[in-house]
Amino acid sequence: MNMKSKKIRSNIITFGLVIVFYAVMEAMLVTGSMSSLMKGLLVPLCYYMILAASLNLVVGISGELSLGHAGFMCIGAFSSAVFARMVGDSIPGGAELFISVLIGAAFAAIFGFLIGIPVLRLRGDYLAIVTLAFGEIIKNVINAVYLGVDSNGVHVSLKDVKSLGLLDDGEVIIKGAQGIGNLPRNATFTIGIVLLLITLFIITNLVNSRQGRAIMSSRDNRIAAESVGLNVSEYKLTAFVISAALAGVAGVLYSHNLANLQATSKNFGYNQSILILVFVVLGGIGNIRGSLIAALVLTILPEKLRFFNDYRMLIYAIVLIVMMIMTSAPKVVAWRKMVAEKYFKKSRETEAGGKTDAKEV
Amino acid sequence: MSSFLSYLISGISLGSVYAIIALGYTMVYGIAKMLNFAHGDIIMVGAYMAYVTFTGLGLPPIAAIAVATVGCTVLGVLIEAIAYKPLRGASSLNVLITAIGVSYFLQNSALLVFGADSKTFTSLVNIPSVSIMDGAVIISGVTIASIVTCIIVMVVLTLFINKTKAGQAMLAVSEDTGAATLMGISVNRTIAITFAIGSALAGIAGVLLCSAYPTLSSQTGAMPGIKAFTAAVFGGIGSIPGAMIGGMVMGVVENLSKAYISSQLSDAIVFALLIIILLVKPTGLMGKKIQEKV
Amino acid sequence: MAENNEKYLLDVSNISISFGGLKAVDDFSIKIKKNELYGLIGPNGAGKTTVFNLLTGVYKADTGFIRLDGQDITGKKTTEINKTGIARTFQNIRLFNNLSVIDNVKVGLHEKHRYSLFEGITHLGKYGRVEKEITEKAYELIKVFELQDFADFKASQLPYGKQRKLEIARALATDPKLILLDEPAAGMNPQETQELMDTIRFVRDKFDMTVLLIEHDMKLVSGICDRLTVLNFGHMLAEGDTKEVLNDPKVIKAYLGD
Repeated sequence: MNMKSKKIRSNIITFGLVIVFYAVMEAMLVTGSMSSLMKGLLVPLCYYMILAASLNLVVGISGELSLGHAGFMCIGAFSSAVFARMVGDSIPGGAELFISVLIGAAFAAIFGFLIGIPVLRLRGDYLAIVTLAFGEIIKNVINAVYLGVDSNGVHVSLKDVKSLGLLDDGEVIIKGAQGIGNLPRNATFTIGIVLLLITLFIITNLVNSRQGRAIMSSRDNRIAAESVGLNVSEYKLTAFVISAALAGVAGVLYSHNLANLQATSKNFGYNQSILILVFVVLGGIGNIRGSLIAALVLTILPEKLRFFNDYRMLIYAIVLIVMMIMTSAPKVVAWRKMVAEKYFKKSRETEAGGKTDAKEV
Repeated sequence: MSSFLSYLISGISLGSVYAIIALGYTMVYGIAKMLNFAHGDIIMVGAYMAYVTFTGLGLPPIAAIAVATVGCTVLGVLIEAIAYKPLRGASSLNVLITAIGVSYFLQNSALLVFGADSKTFTSLVNIPSVSIMDGAVIISGVTIASIVTCIIVMVVLTLFINKTKAGQAMLAVSEDTGAATLMGISVNRTIAITFAIGSALAGIAGVLLCSAYPTLSSQTGAMPGIKAFTAAVFGGIGSIPGAMIGGMVMGVVENLSKAYISSQLSDAIVFALLIIILLVKPTGLMGKKIQEKV
Repeated sequence: MAENNEKYLLDVSNISISFGGLKAVDDFSIKIKKNELYGLIGPNGAGKTTVFNLLTGVYKADTGFIRLDGQDITGKKTTEINKTGIARTFQNIRLFNNLSVIDNVKVGLHEKHRYSLFEGITHLGKYGRVEKEITEKAYELIKVFELQDFADFKASQLPYGKQRKLEIARALATDPKLILLDEPAAGMNPQETQELMDTIRFVRDKFDMTVLLIEHDMKLVSGICDRLTVLNFGHMLAEGDTKEVLNDPKVIKAYLGD
């Protein structure tokens, strides 16, 4: 089979799996065989999958280590929540959510662009620490922001509610560290799945386009990419901005799943960015379907481990370390190869034979 | 003026602690080429060890400090041998995730053993405070201890690296691992020594940090760890004087912005400073420039 | 003077570069006519690859100028220089290892066959038509180098000799005026080298190409190069017609030692 039809088949499997997952969950909802805990996880699962797939675009496809993904999610969440509060009930919930998604994506993309321009000059671990720093700055600043609206327009302050100087008809929207309250809570599992499918559509299409090839070749060999006329920075930035926009969409889903939105170190701090990175690495770098599965398993696993109570996060940590050693320690990899060769020699030989045939055609 | 001076001095003190932590980060990075995300959590474990020895068992402070230092040294070496050593030669991203796993492991172990409530850490430093400028500025004992410890650590470490065989081996490994192996240097042993030293420093930093800021929980090490890492990058990762300067600058800027701008935004300001430095000097203040061979 | 220069495709005048006080290339000049097959030879460490890096903007020359087809490209960036018309291969092969063979060539076609990012993400508009064009062109190119049966292999899976060929195909995909080949025959056996010589000649004729190559294999150099320049310790030792240069006692001495 050639690589192109393989790619198409792989994409169909990915989309198919998401749809099957959706159907199973819906069936369980309809038949009432789902725990309330699991019900509460449905929308989070969607945004975690979007976050994992979009981070894989930067880490896997573009080959840059980013530890600030949660920052872009934060921007998407807050920009859309402010919009939701400003329009209130004046437009129907569906329209509000639709525009919110666009706003969240746009704001996150703008920040991705502004941050990406200077930051993408740095490489490797330096890029990692700077993106981490940016994520923390975004979270910190949002925690310090007060924003209100009155008939004169929008007022912003970094001090307190009073210094907003609102008129009597004014309304405070962001109350510093208390965040935003009275949100519509109109995100549903179906909307989450639709947004996830759109995310997958964008990423898989991008990979199979001239821009996607440019991004991947810049990752594989920067100097060679420049030698064939590619503007490497431009394509690194493209991947970064698209990834940020998609993280923004995940943020919109997040904020529309809550009544109260706050920026804490738990939801938008570097720990969240690291958690998403864990999905990407465990799912396989550059492997979008793997990211989705890792996000799914690792979001459900800690919840399913609840009967271990206090031990669950400890188990999670041990699983993480053991998995990393099992999958990538050079000695274990060599040992696995040896074992595989011993027991599957026959099937390997036929496979190898098939390959030589193909070469000689 | 006097209040500025006292903010500045406490900034230097905090910076000294950051510098001690950053030294551990920078040495491990320079030699093992890995971001040891669990480094901050070793600080926390060290602080708990000191807490148990002093407050729990009622032993003298010096015993508590010794337990924290030795305990962290052992812990660091164990972590390296169990979690990191098998991954030598694997991609740096996989090693990073493993370090994150170790970080989760340490935090949650502490949570299990000591519970979710934070403990009040009794200062182990009983040096009397000094007042200068007719009592307008008071320098606490912890502040003096932090600054003095930092200077001692710096001097001892520099001597160790330049004057001892093990120190020279560390330099060689950080310069070129392959060549060092050919010269008969045991890379594994050198890396183990580096982890031992880095973790011992983390233990000391844990005691100092909690003596100055007396709340102790499983999260205590996380943020100082990240900031010290930032300080190491700021100064040029792999460089010992760089870690020192980075830590100092970080501590002073954090304290001054807390005092004069906003306590909410002080972390943001510290991180923004890091970004500005890296944009001007992409490998940090004292980092080396690396060019790829074509 | 300017008129005189115009018949040269590449006109390099007195370029130099030093690394930390050491002159890697000193006062190097070269003039190459359109359609010429030009060789740059010299012992190891003579600065040949550094010259390529200067011509392609990987390094910036301290002095001198570089003109391509009358356009000044001195001090320009690698990307721009490629767009002006210089493509190259690398001594230590630099392929896009995780991309397929055909995709490596498609990347080379990137600049001349365009559609917008929106079309790339949605696969709407010009996407289908342009992608078809790209695929056809890419297959045409890999056929020249007999790589079509490996089109879907990862570049890193190719044997060494084929990787070198793929690099040439990728460079040609950018539709250059001048192609720089850095030791194209390195690691090839005599038969492969013979085939490569035929391919290089074929490329010159079919694509109306000008070729500047670095090579150690004297058989290849004397077999296909019209003219040569010899570098030694960063200095030009000799230049001229291939036969004359190779018989120059200075050159023989540099190669064989005393």
